[in-house]
Amino acid sequence: MHITKDLVAASATPLVLGILAEGESYGYAILKQVNELSGGQLEWTDGLLYPLLHRLERLGHVESAWKTPTGGRRRKYYRITDQGWAELVEQRRQWVTVVDALRGVWNGTQSIKPIPAPALEAGR
Amino acid sequence: MIVDSDNDLERQIAEWRAYMHRRRELLHTDAEELEDHLRSQITDLTAGGLRADEAFLIAVKRMGSLDELSREFAREHSERLWKQLVLPGEPDAHAGRSRRELPVMIFCAAAAALAIKVPALFGLDISGDDASFYVRNLSLFALPALAAYFAWQRRVGVRVIGVLALLFILAAVAANAYPLAADSQSLVLTAIHLPLALWLVVGVAYVGGDWRSDRRRMDFIRFTGEWLIYFVLIGLGGGVLIGFTIGTFDAIGLDAEEFINSWLLPCGAMAAIIVAAWLVEAKQSVIENMAPVLTRVFTPLFAVALLAFLVAVAWTNNGIDVQRDVLILFDLLLVVVLGLLLYAISARDLAARPGLFDSLQLGLVVSALIIDIMVLLAITGRITEWGFSPNKTAALGENVILLTNLAWSAWLFLGFLRGRMPFARLEHWQTRYMIVYALWAWTVVLAFPVVFGFA
Repeated sequence: MHITKDLVAASATPLVLGILAEGESYGYAILKQVNELSGGQLEWTDGLLYPLLHRLERLGHVESAWKTPTGGRRRKYYRITDQGWAELVEQRRQWVTVVDALRGVWNGTQSIKPIPAPALEAGR
Repeated sequence: MIVDSDNDLERQIAEWRAYMHRRRELLHTDAEELEDHLRSQITDLTAGGLRADEAFLIAVKRMGSLDELSREFAREHSERLWKQLVLPGEPDAHAGRSRRELPVMIFCAAAAALAIKVPALFGLDISGDDASFYVRNLSLFALPALAAYFAWQRRVGVRVIGVLALLFILAAVAANAYPLAADSQSLVLTAIHLPLALWLVVGVAYVGGDWRSDRRRMDFIRFTGEWLIYFVLIGLGGGVLIGFTIGTFDAIGLDAEEFINSWLLPCGAMAAIIVAAWLVEAKQSVIENMAPVLTRVFTPLFAVALLAFLVAVAWTNNGIDVQRDVLILFDLLLVVVLGLLLYAISARDLAARPGLFDSLQLGLVVSALIIDIMVLLAITGRITEWGFSPNKTAALGENVILLTNLAWSAWLFLGFLRGRMPFARLEHWQTRYMIVYALWAWTVVLAFPVVFGFA
């Protein structure tokens, strides 16, 4: 299934913030988690995650630090800030509204078979 | 065999890394972050049974096209290469355009230089009785040409061009329709504020009509600082040229002064406005940004000077002597402090942690604020006593505008130093505030003469 670019872009920020809310992480791990959460349906161009992370950092939603785990490569870790939490709560509120509205539409439309709630909520 | 493919993989990754480093949009740390990603991906793929070279290909492919990648990075980090307006990989045919860049610039500069000689055809003498005409219209000779240059270079849409043209026409009407006497205060105010108002109009062309974008506004602030420096440098060179011209012609008994005053000086100054703008755009990568460098040098010095002033006031208990021009002087002081703040912001890595320089900057802003409040208190009494004149109202209005900006900046700065707010908030505030300058400058030009009865 192909998910449109706009939808991917719109859901990127809450997904990344939601994943970081569970603990600090780095780019590749975040991407892997997005993949798992969406059952491989949500396809991101790997590289584009990094400009997004940098943007979130500039806005103060996340902060970063370079760390070298023992016996590993130097790696940039990201952590969510208090402001990032507030943003996540806000995004979640907005998404719940959208999803609820959509569910209402799906139920009202006879021709489309109702589908269970999107996997989006699973990441929280 | 395994050793072989490992070597192979390292060689391929090294090639890929070299390729990344050629992109100016990507800093070393960005490339390192991406490389870590690539290696993690390859490790996972080879663990899943792929050969190293296969894994490398898939990992690179998943990373996305390098053009797209650097475009996203450039968009996010516009402070790194703010002058590179045509982002890589976007609509091509740029090569032909950059070849035409120089002729178009020369054409615009020539148009600006000749524009100032047009009124002379109608008998308006620049050095004689009609000087007030030139004073009023000075910004209307070169700035339309500059706006046109940017409009061409950024390929702005028809609607933006229409808005730009309307604003310039409005400015021309405002400058000439009001019956302002040659010695009126309103004339001086128009002469000062019209260039400011029109410079911000040029800004609209500079950002290619995308004036709502904060990042693009910041680019325009950066451009303004660099432009000013280039303009002053060209001016210095021009001064040397004039000196030699007068001296050498004098030696053979010819008086070149007439030619210089009516041709070289006015035409040269107008052309220099365009040339300086072009230099900022073209030579950005050759010479590092100067404005932030000067800011680094002068922020500590100004901070010390202002603190010394405050200590002197407290020590001697002398009040500020409220002379006529004192408000203007302190307006200018606020402008300088604001400039230092702006150019420190413009070059800052937004993600960096607060440091000593930031504290120094806050100290500078706060002491300027304290001094200015003292001046305002001293001057309110005089204004209530003598009433409002155009000059005093304008000076007071500017003071309040700058004070508001700096006071809120200081507050945001404090929040940043205590780790409560991201630095981007401060940048955001400054770029949003530009609209206030535009509104004020246009108000002074359009409304003040009417309100004060053309005094």
